[in-house]
Amino acid sequence: MVTSRAQVVIIAGFLIFLGLGLTLYKAINLGFPLLPGEYQDVWTVETKASFRPSTSSAVEVELTLPKMLAGWTNLDEHFSSSGFGFSIIDDHADTSLMNVTRRARWTRQSLDRPTTLYYKMQLYRVTDASALPDFPILNPVQPLLEPDQQAAMKRLVIKLAEKSSDLESFTSLLIQEFLRDSPDQDTLFLLGSYQEEPLTVIMDALAYRGIPAHQIRGIFLEDGRRRQTLSSLIEIYNGESWVIFNPRNGVRGLPDNFFIWQRGDGTILNVIGGRNSSLEFALVSNSLPVKTVVGMGQRSEEVNLLDFSIYALPVEQQGIFKGLLLIPVAALVVVFMRILVGVRTSGTFMPVLIALAFIQTTLLVGLLIFLGLVGIGLWIRSYLSHLNLLLVARVASVIIVVILLMAVLAVVSYKLGLDQALTVTFFPTVIVAWTIERMSILWEEEGGHEVLIQGGGSLIVAVMAYLAMSTQIVEHLTFNFPELMLSLLGVILLLGKYTGFRLSELYRFRDLADK
Amino acid sequence: MIQLISASSLRRLGILGMNRRNIGLIGAYNRRKNYRIADNKLETKAAALSRGIPVPELYGTIEHQFQIKMISERLKARESFVIKPAQGSGGKGILVVSKRNGDLFVKSSGVQIDSREIKRHTSNILAGLYSLGGRNDSAMIEALIDFDPVLKDHSFEGVPDIRVIVFRGVPVMAMIRCATRSSDGKANLHQGAVGVGIDIGTGQTVCAVQHNRIIAQHPDTGVVFSQLKIPQWQQILDLAASCANMTGLDYLGADVVLDRLRGPMLLELNARPGLAIQVANQAGLRHRLARAEEIADLTDDQDEKIKLARESFSLPNVTAGQLALDIL
Repeated sequence: MVTSRAQVVIIAGFLIFLGLGLTLYKAINLGFPLLPGEYQDVWTVETKASFRPSTSSAVEVELTLPKMLAGWTNLDEHFSSSGFGFSIIDDHADTSLMNVTRRARWTRQSLDRPTTLYYKMQLYRVTDASALPDFPILNPVQPLLEPDQQAAMKRLVIKLAEKSSDLESFTSLLIQEFLRDSPDQDTLFLLGSYQEEPLTVIMDALAYRGIPAHQIRGIFLEDGRRRQTLSSLIEIYNGESWVIFNPRNGVRGLPDNFFIWQRGDGTILNVIGGRNSSLEFALVSNSLPVKTVVGMGQRSEEVNLLDFSIYALPVEQQGIFKGLLLIPVAALVVVFMRILVGVRTSGTFMPVLIALAFIQTTLLVGLLIFLGLVGIGLWIRSYLSHLNLLLVARVASVIIVVILLMAVLAVVSYKLGLDQALTVTFFPTVIVAWTIERMSILWEEEGGHEVLIQGGGSLIVAVMAYLAMSTQIVEHLTFNFPELMLSLLGVILLLGKYTGFRLSELYRFRDLADK
Repeated sequence: MIQLISASSLRRLGILGMNRRNIGLIGAYNRRKNYRIADNKLETKAAALSRGIPVPELYGTIEHQFQIKMISERLKARESFVIKPAQGSGGKGILVVSKRNGDLFVKSSGVQIDSREIKRHTSNILAGLYSLGGRNDSAMIEALIDFDPVLKDHSFEGVPDIRVIVFRGVPVMAMIRCATRSSDGKANLHQGAVGVGIDIGTGQTVCAVQHNRIIAQHPDTGVVFSQLKIPQWQQILDLAASCANMTGLDYLGADVVLDRLRGPMLLELNARPGLAIQVANQAGLRHRLARAEEIADLTDDQDEKIKLARESFSLPNVTAGQLALDIL
């Protein structure tokens, strides 16, 4: 019969070696980087093409796929096409554009309900080079205008041309003109008679002046956006090269967070046999080590093991796991501090939750908010204790008080311009309320001294757990080598059998040394 | 510079640490199903009564919120009483009323409270505020101990109780816990009560500590601890040792009080007794536990166990221990 101690040692040893072994295998044989190195934002863009079928006739949906410009690379793409015939067409017609335009085509004989088609891709930016390839320069076609529009357009263009030194400054002034709060009479008239977006008027004005120009359509990448739509930029030829302007603010150059879908005119989504079509994008960003990103595309086909790694999950879930995988590290810190050091905390794993909140708030702000919340909460709680309430009702009241405090703190700090305090919402309300309740009882029962010891102990452990979790290498290792969790489990099992003295006991029993 | 003791000298002294207590003693010897009888003071009391072990008289229990309304009625005839949670731990939630002043109740500290305060306290007890794990609890009202005058002045506004550690039916270490002003009348070392180690062989005090530091006199009453010799020592050891059989717990702490008229009575049991008793006795538990194991293997008879324990754990030279106190 094997004693429980031996069992623990055997199991723990096995787990530790298994974890380390898998880690080493991944590091050496599969080339996963052990050290974080440089990080790369990987964007997952989910495109949703929605439409209603118009008649019972055949439906054909064509989506122009983006060309990878300005240093972007497509890591992976995926189409959903349930019930549809699906094909990707390489469009060679436009050979002057250097590379080929790809279109995704979904077809179906009949359709009777509103439908959404999905196209998902994972993108990252290899280089920051924003230079775009050459584009054919076409002489602009004069816009067809009514005589009064013509006159207004002429006055506007002449006025702006007089103020500007070259074509670029003209374009910039033109855009500013349409962004102004109180535009010129002619501008107002043009906007009114066009009954269209300012962008159309701007494009016509550029054509009127004879400047070769076209739109660039694409997406502004914003993390967590669920219903992003296509945006446009304006690209003009200044006689030597192409220059991009953002019609939202008149700024020159390609915005950093803009992903180009299509350069030049032409439809992106074309639905035959449908109506009310719309195109929306959901965006998620995830920071991954460069080496991992580069290797991911090539390896995923070769190694089956990777199919069972965190990377096999949708990026949104990967983000969640990124946080979850850090919790074992925090748990280890708690185990270490309680068993080996002997720090007393209020609530065993309360420090872990506080540390998780610190990750969102950053340390200093988090500490201040936490102390503020608990301090004011204790003060209010001391009044509640006079009201002679039942325990559950009292804790519930404290929860509400804590939420009110959070709201007040958020609003006041926002008005004062202290945006950091807005992260107060990341504190787990119920845990804070229970902490206040426990501290309050502790205060009444054992005095402020004990509150300081346990509260201070909890905060010290929370800060240490936070420091451990926010270390970049820890973050990197837990996410890329989740098997290290097995090793952590082994270490914790071993600590669970530790019968030696705690550091605090060397102090506690210090008076025995005299003998 | 913080003064520390090295782990090796702690090992040499045979000091039991918290981790070893949890794994080597509580985890290894105490079956979880046996905890209940120690954790619930009502069950302790019932079990003790069925075995003829004296306990303080139980005036009544309050199990439901609605019963609190009648509490003033029920307490009308009582001049003094104690309200405590049946499943409390660490001396939490114990309200001691030593006398009445008209409609008001006088706590042992002299503070006067009204019946509203009593109801609020009882309601907190029922809600599980003072209980292990915050479980719903019941409140018990029992007689205030009229403690033996020998112990007078050894405790400030509170009943001194005698903690005896019993391992496999063998008493291994004992101390008397005396309340102080800073412990608010509670006999809990953690809160600042004084722990006075007692020689198992003679019932004579060994050493006194407060906040884990050695002291010679009671900080409030000024009484010198080295003068004390606990009366009825054999009965106290006997009572404590019987608790091992009663509960089935192999490692437990029995808290005994000494009533002026009725003698030693069992106050409560603790399935996870603390470690401060080692400082109060200036001795480690591990050597004694090893010897107690031998004694328990040798005999099953309780009297024999106590006899061997008194021989084995009597300080070889009690006067040496006294000397330590006298020097201070």
